[in-house]
Amino acid sequence: MNGWAALDLFLQTDPRDVGCAEAMDMLHVYADLVAAGVPAEERYPGIAAHLRACGPCGEDYEGLLAAIAGEAH
Amino acid sequence: MRRFDRGIWKHPSLPKGSRTSMTTEPAGKTPLITGTGRRWDEVPAAQGLDPDSARWLQALADDGPRRESALAELYAMLLRAARREAGRRGPRVQITGPELEDLACQAAGDALLAITQKAGHFRGESRFTTWAYRFVLFEVSAKIGRHFWRHPTRPLDAESWDRLPDRFGFDPARESEWRDLLAALRRAVDTELTPRQREVFVAVALNDVPPDALAIKLGSNRNAIYKMMFDARRKLRAALVANGYLHDEESRRS
Repeated sequence: MNGWAALDLFLQTDPRDVGCAEAMDMLHVYADLVAAGVPAEERYPGIAAHLRACGPCGEDYEGLLAAIAGEAH
Repeated sequence: MRRFDRGIWKHPSLPKGSRTSMTTEPAGKTPLITGTGRRWDEVPAAQGLDPDSARWLQALADDGPRRESALAELYAMLLRAARREAGRRGPRVQITGPELEDLACQAAGDALLAITQKAGHFRGESRFTTWAYRFVLFEVSAKIGRHFWRHPTRPLDAESWDRLPDRFGFDPARESEWRDLLAALRRAVDTELTPRQREVFVAVALNDVPPDALAIKLGSNRNAIYKMMFDARRKLRAALVANGYLHDEESRRS
């Protein structure tokens, strides 16, 4: 990806994005669906859009998935 | 200081034998732990709960050694998750060694306290342990955000415009192609954004201040910072599209 595309991607916003508060309220539900192999993105497109765009929430999501995976081992 | 007493975890601010409080339960939502001695499976909303979550709720609703044992088990799980997460994020903000371990222990302890206080709000929409892990991740995030200001990478009021080409991967050898774009972006930051949006954009996009750390500094919260950045990004992109530097979404799709 060149600089133009990277900057364009950074500036793009998704109108479906639900924001941090709603995404964090539902993060455990979303993560459990993903861990179970359910297409959570189809059920919660606004949360999926947010987790793609928000670094801190995306990081919490990755950490939650890692915790779930760690529990299973 | 948190401690283990005969293998049972004790939180200093959790009174011995304390139960979860139901006094803040929103109207119309039946708590799964009632505080009245009812079992989880006597509560209509608990029907259909997965067995493991039911076991946790039942144990935490208990008064005796079973509750103590569940708290110790839960704390151990939270601590493992906190250590893993702190280990993943800590080095980026220069937290290592005993300080990192202390952060993980504090996060696990604070998460346990929050969980015991809010267990009545658990609705069974996920597994109980997933719901519980969420608390410890939020604690780790918050504590790392607070730690950032002990070793800030640059002053909050700095404007590191010269870092922008590198951040987005612009090729220095082709500066003549992107110089005007970044100049237009800078003009848009100055003319299109509100003072607050500008402050947030400069901190996050130019100075690499983590949003959680910025929220603490500004007495705000993650959601408000994100909304500020969301609106700023939308305005800046619209300005760059209007001036012909970027394509709008319609022309992109056609």
